[in-house]
Amino acid sequence: MNGRTLRTLAVKDLKEVQQNRAAWIPALVVPLIFMVVLPLGIILAPNLMQSMSPLMAPSGPVGMMRERIPALAAELAGLDERQAWVVLMTGYFFAPFILIFPLMFSTIVASESFAGERERKTIEALLYTPASDGELFLGKMLAAFVPAVALTWVSFLVYGVVVNGAGWPVMGRVWFPPVSWWPLMLWVAPAVAALGVAATVLISTRARTFMEAYQMSASLVVLVLALVAGQITGVLYLSPPVALAVGLVLWLIDGVLIRLGVRTFRREALLISGRG
Amino acid sequence: MVPVIETESLSRFFGPIRAVDGLTFQVYEGEVFGLLGPNGAGKTTTVRLLNGVLRPSGGQARVLGLDPAREGGRLRQQTGVLTETLSLYERLTARENLALFGALYGIPEMELARRVARMLEEFGLADRADGRVGEFSKGMKQRLALARALLHEPPLLFLDEPTAGLDPEAARQVTEMIGQLSRREGRTVFLCTHNLTEAQRLCDRVAVMDRGRLLALGTLEELSRTFWPGLPVEIGLGAPLTDAAVGALRRLPGVRDVQHEDLWLTVSVTDENMVPAVVETLVREGARILHVVPRQPSLEEIYFAIRGDQAS
Repeated sequence: MNGRTLRTLAVKDLKEVQQNRAAWIPALVVPLIFMVVLPLGIILAPNLMQSMSPLMAPSGPVGMMRERIPALAAELAGLDERQAWVVLMTGYFFAPFILIFPLMFSTIVASESFAGERERKTIEALLYTPASDGELFLGKMLAAFVPAVALTWVSFLVYGVVVNGAGWPVMGRVWFPPVSWWPLMLWVAPAVAALGVAATVLISTRARTFMEAYQMSASLVVLVLALVAGQITGVLYLSPPVALAVGLVLWLIDGVLIRLGVRTFRREALLISGRG
Repeated sequence: MVPVIETESLSRFFGPIRAVDGLTFQVYEGEVFGLLGPNGAGKTTTVRLLNGVLRPSGGQARVLGLDPAREGGRLRQQTGVLTETLSLYERLTARENLALFGALYGIPEMELARRVARMLEEFGLADRADGRVGEFSKGMKQRLALARALLHEPPLLFLDEPTAGLDPEAARQVTEMIGQLSRREGRTVFLCTHNLTEAQRLCDRVAVMDRGRLLALGTLEELSRTFWPGLPVEIGLGAPLTDAAVGALRRLPGVRDVQHEDLWLTVSVTDENMVPAVVETLVREGARILHVVPRQPSLEEIYFAIRGDQAS
C-alpha cells in the first residue's frame, strides 16, 4: 500500500464532498437539531411544567428506568427531580443517538466517493491510474472515515457545551460527559463509522447513483436504532463494559468487511455494474 | 520494428455480448495506430483490456512487455489514457485535477507543481489554471484531459475519441497536438476514433473493427490495394466527351470502370502505369483535356468498402 496514493485519494474525495452542498448540508442540519435544539428543549421543558412529579413517580418514565437499571439508579441518587431529569434525558437517552452521526457522515462521503463518481462519469480516469484495487478501496474508505469520526467528536463537543451551559442553572456544575460516554465516543463511534464506510463502499460498487448508494447504506441505521431502543426500554444499558463489548463486536464486523472489500474489490466491477 | 502492443485472440464477453472477439494485432513503437469502427464496435473495451482495467474472457495481450491482466499497476504507470468521457473533476480547478493525477502517477512531490505548471502552459490553460473545470469550454476540457494523460510522460498513449464533440477549430488544435506527440516526441499513439479524416491525417496504420471483430488492418496503401482495387484517375475536360471516346476508354485493357458526368471523367485503372494510355486514347478521340489527377482513395472510401465487403 502506497501512503501517498491513499492520502491523495482521500484528500480528493474530501474536496469533492466539500463542494457538494447536497452532501454536506444534511450533515450539518441533523447534528444541529440533535445536539443543540433537542437538548435545549429537554433541559428547558420543566420550566413550562407545573410539576415534574408525574415524570418522576415510580410509575412515570424516570421512575421506571430507575427501577429497571440499578446502575442508573445509583447515578441518579442524591439528585433532585429536575437534576435527575436532565441527567437521565441528556446523559442517558441521548447517548446512543449520537452514534447515528458517524454512520450518517460516513455513508454520505462513501456514497459520494464511488457511486457519485460513477454518476458524474469521473471514475474511469481514476481506474486508469497505477493505484491498485486495494489502494482505491482503502483510499475511499479513509476519505469517509476520518471526517466521520472528526465530525462526530465535534458534535460531541458542541453537545457537551450546550448541555453543561443550559443545564448550569439546574446542575450548578459541569457534569457532562458522564463516564459511560467515553467508551461510546472513543471506541464505539469510530467502529460505527468504519462499519458505515466499509458497507457503503461495498454497496457503492454496485449502486449506480449517489442517492441509490446512500439510501441502501442508510438502512444500517437500524443497528443504531436497536441500540437506542435497547437503551430507552432498559434492555441494554450502554454502561462502559457493555459499550466496550458492543464496540468489539462492531470492530470485528468491520475487520471482516474491510478484509472482504480489499480482497474482492475489483476496479472492473465499477465499469461492469455501471453498464446500462 | 519493436512491438509495444501484441494481442493474440484477445476477447471479452459480457454475458451473451461479444464486446471484443478474438483480436490479434500488433502496434509498433513510435507509430500512430488507429482503431476505427462505429459506436459499439468494441474500441473502448479494447483500450480497457490493454490497460488491465478489464480482464479478458479469453486470449492474451502484452503491452510494453507486461501482461495487463496481471501487471496492470506497473503497466498503467507507463500509459496515458484520454477517456472518451474525459473524467475530469469539474468541482476542482485545472491545477488541482492535474496535481491529483500527478500524485497518483507517482510524480515526486518536489517536481509535481513545476510539471503541472508546465503542462498548463503548454496546453494553453495557464491563465485558467485556478478556475473550476466545470466552467471550462469543451475544447479546454479536452486539452486539460490530454495534459493529464501526458503528465507522467508515458511512452504509450491511448486516445479514445479525442475530438468528439469539439468544434472544427478546437478539433484541429487537438489533432495537431496529437501529431506533434508522435512526430516530435516519438510516442506511440493508439487512437480510437470514428472520425475518418482525423485518422487519415494522423495514422500510420489503421485497424477497422465492428461488433468486436477485426475486419481489416494495414497502412492506407495496403488497405487500398485489398479493398479498393484500381486507381481512380480524375480528368477535367474542356468540352463534353463523345460516346465513342467513352467506349474507347472502356475497351482499353487495364481500365476497370469509367464514370462520366458533364465535364468530369473518373477512370478507374489497375495502376498508375495505365495513365498515359488513357490520356493517349482521349487525345486520339479528340477530347480537350484540362487536367489529369490520379487520386488515392480516401480512408473514408476504403472504410466503407471494408464495411460493405463485410456486410456482403
